[in-house]
Formats: sequence, C-alpha cells, structure tokens
Amino acid sequence: MSMNVIEASGLGKRYGSTWALRECMLAIPAGHVAALVGPNGAGKTTLLNLAVGLAEPSAGAVTVLGGYPAGSAAALDGIAFVAQDTPLYQNLPAADMLHLTRNLNRRFDQHYAQARLAELGIPLNRKTGKLSGGQQAQLALTLGLARRPRLLVLDEPVAMLDPLARHDFMATVLAAAADDGVSVVLSSHVLAELERVADYLILLSRGRVQVAGEVEDLLASHRMLTGPAAEADKFAERPVVHVRRGQAQAHLLVRATVDDPVPPGWEAHPVGLEELTLAYLREPGAGALPGPARGRDTQPSEVTR
Amino acid sequence: MDIDKGSTQADRSGGSPAGADGSGTQGGGPRGPGSPIEFRLDAASGVPTYLQLVHQVEHALRLGYLKPGDQLPKVRDVVASLAINPNTVLKAYKELEVKGLAAGRPGQGTFVQATLSQVALPELAGLHKSLLGWLGTADAAGLDQDGIVALFTSALRDFHERRGGMGDRPGAAGAETEGAA
Repeated sequence: MSMNVIEASGLGKRYGSTWALRECMLAIPAGHVAALVGPNGAGKTTLLNLAVGLAEPSAGAVTVLGGYPAGSAAALDGIAFVAQDTPLYQNLPAADMLHLTRNLNRRFDQHYAQARLAELGIPLNRKTGKLSGGQQAQLALTLGLARRPRLLVLDEPVAMLDPLARHDFMATVLAAAADDGVSVVLSSHVLAELERVADYLILLSRGRVQVAGEVEDLLASHRMLTGPAAEADKFAERPVVHVRRGQAQAHLLVRATVDDPVPPGWEAHPVGLEELTLAYLREPGAGALPGPARGRDTQPSEVTR
Repeated sequence: MDIDKGSTQADRSGGSPAGADGSGTQGGGPRGPGSPIEFRLDAASGVPTYLQLVHQVEHALRLGYLKPGDQLPKVRDVVASLAINPNTVLKAYKELEVKGLAAGRPGQGTFVQATLSQVALPELAGLHKSLLGWLGTADAAGLDQDGIVALFTSALRDFHERRGGMGDRPGAAGAETEGAA
C-alpha cells in the first residue's frame, strides 16, 4: 500500500510576524517509523500540531492517512497523538484516566489497555501525577494505542525519560508497529537512538524540510571521503554536503554510492545516520529531498539548490 | 562474542532449554517452544543492526547453539526486547533466507534450515578445553592478550598456507589443532 500517512503541500504556519513553518512539502509513506529531527525552533512541534489538527495552517494544506484533511473526524479517528508534556490529568487515578479515555473515544480496546498496564506494573489506584516519569509516558502511550490508531504521532516522547524508561517506551511503540502495522511519526533530539528505531528521516531546518527519505536510501546515497586537505577543493563539481578540514587531512560528506569511483589518494567510508544528520544540521543550505514523483521511486533523491 | 542462551525469553513463553553451559546436553532432545537464542546489540561496533543479527545467528550456528529446525526469535519479540525497527529484523531474516540458512513458515515464524557447524557440540567443548590449556601455557610464557592473538593469527595463516600447498586434505585439520595443546 502506497498511502501517505502525512502529506503536506505549501504548508505554512505563522505566529504573529514569524513563520514557524514555511512552504513545507512532505509525503511520509505508511508502514514506517519516521523520525522528525531538527534544531530547536525548526518547526517540529508546529508541523506535528498541524498534522494532528491542533493548529490551523496559515498557508497550504496538510492531509493524513491517505487524504483526510487534518483535524477532520475521519482523521482524528485514525490518529493517536502523545504531546511533549505527557497529557494526563494529574489528580486522576490511572483507573479513572482509563475510564475517561474509553468514554471519550468511539473505539477503545479496554482489554489491551488493562493487560498492558498490568504488564507494566502501573498501579491503577495511584494518581497519575504520582507515577514516575516513565510510567506516565507509558500510560499516555497505552491510552493512545488502545484507540487502535493507524498512525501514532509522538512529540519528543522520550526527552524527559531515563535510559531504561526510554528503552521500554520505544519497545512499546515498536512492538505496536510490528504487531498491528501502526505507522509512527516521532520527533526527537536523541540522534544516537534513531538509527535503531527509525527507517524514515525528515530533517527540518528553519521552518523548511531539508532532508526527507528512507534511511536506507539516504545512507546508501552518501559516502564519507577522507584524503589530503590540499585536494579537497577538487571536489567542487561534486555534490559535497559538508567538509571537515584539518591542516593535512579533510573529510568530505558527499552524495555518492558504493559504485561511484573514489579518486586516487582518497578513501571512501559508509556513513551512519547520526553522522549524516549532524552534517546536514551544520549545513542548513544543503538538502536531500525526494524527486518530483511523490514518495518512492528508483531515483530516491536528488540534490536541491 | 557470546550468544546469550534463550533463558529469559524461553521462560516467558513457557519452555526452558537446559544445558546452557555447552556441556553437550542439548544433543538431540526436543527443545521447548521459543528460540534457543536471544539477540543483543553492540551500539559501539559500527556494524549495521541487521548485520549484527545475521552475524549472531551465524555465530550460534557455528557453535551449535542453533541447529536445523530451531526457531529464530519472533520478530515481535526481538523488536520488543531490543527496541529496534521491525523492518531491521525482517531484513536480517531475509538475508539469512537468501544465504539458505533459514526459511520462513507462514504464520509460524522463521526456522533454521542449514547448519554452519562441522563439529558436534561435545567435540567443540573438547577443543575449547584444549585451547584453554594452550592459553595457560602462553600466559605462563609471558604473552599478553595482543601477543596471543597475533601468534594465533599467524599460526592460523601458516596452517592454511601449508594445507593449501598440500592439496585437499581437510581431514587432517582436527588432529593438528589438537597437537597445539
């Protein structure tokens, strides 16, 4: 199925005179765990809020789950969203939170929710505000997943959690993706963990989409070249993303595949997702975006501007 | 290096393969449900995650932890225990299928189809023991770990070169290795 879970065209959001998001073109295909990364203020939360219908676009449009307008009843029905600050009523016991969520939603898998909370050892009689950070996050996630969504949207879900709680939280998310085929879009600052978790990457910078694509395609289309610094400028005609230069030696992140010839005197190495992401974050002018054909084709990406 | 035996995972699913110390108790008896192995990840290795899974299966096959008919850990269980992308596990299992080492059974999971181990587990244990004896001698002679690795690597190279020169006599391999102890 080649449905897009989030599709934006010319999408923009202005707060006062500042554009938080601008001319955003995006098509995230279904069946992925997509990571949305970017510096603070790049527009990640704005984009997610627009996609789940919590904010109205100032320009352009965004649809979800194969064409439903964001915020429409059909869209809301298929999406679960866990916001940055773990939205729970702090004074309600977990059991009441469960009850409330069930009554507010057309579809709610009570059996799944109860079994999951028991498995996690979350005491149902305790006020949610008294639960640990990890338990609060798991409770909010469980309530979202019990709605049996087709798309799970998470805004900085693990930022406040310790390593163990972070691991367990992501395990729940990924098990849902494996069991039920839930598509996931999550924003994160924790680059090191993305390589294991995400198979689709969207890099936002200054309110625009800078890089988007399947992780496998992105990694296969970039190489790190290491060689004499004096020759680094020879690569001017090549698509160089980022240069790190010492007095004698230079590292160039270039757009190239394993099959591309390596110049004499240079070594080519594969790059990891974290290295690739950091390089693009340091070069807001560089970009790697899907070709004109929306979504995936044989020509995964091309250099822009 | 070491493959954790499937105790934690098997416990959860009801069965518990005994004989985890490699002393040869898993010769031929039926194992409980679930997989005899559990995966681990080394984030610092720089090896792509799916390849780490492939290597661990191959390693377990070589050491006899896995044999034909054994089930590989279920995709869902790997995802939940390591917090990795489901497609990564699928990619690893596909690679093992391409190599002819495993095969998927619809609705059941992925199962080991071939073996890489030429030597049975009790024999492996014997070889392991004689190697430990040799390591003791090397240590007593004053070799440190790097020295031992260098010596072993060089001896292994010599051995292969000599065997290559003598034509195909693979049967002689075991005897010569044991001579080292």
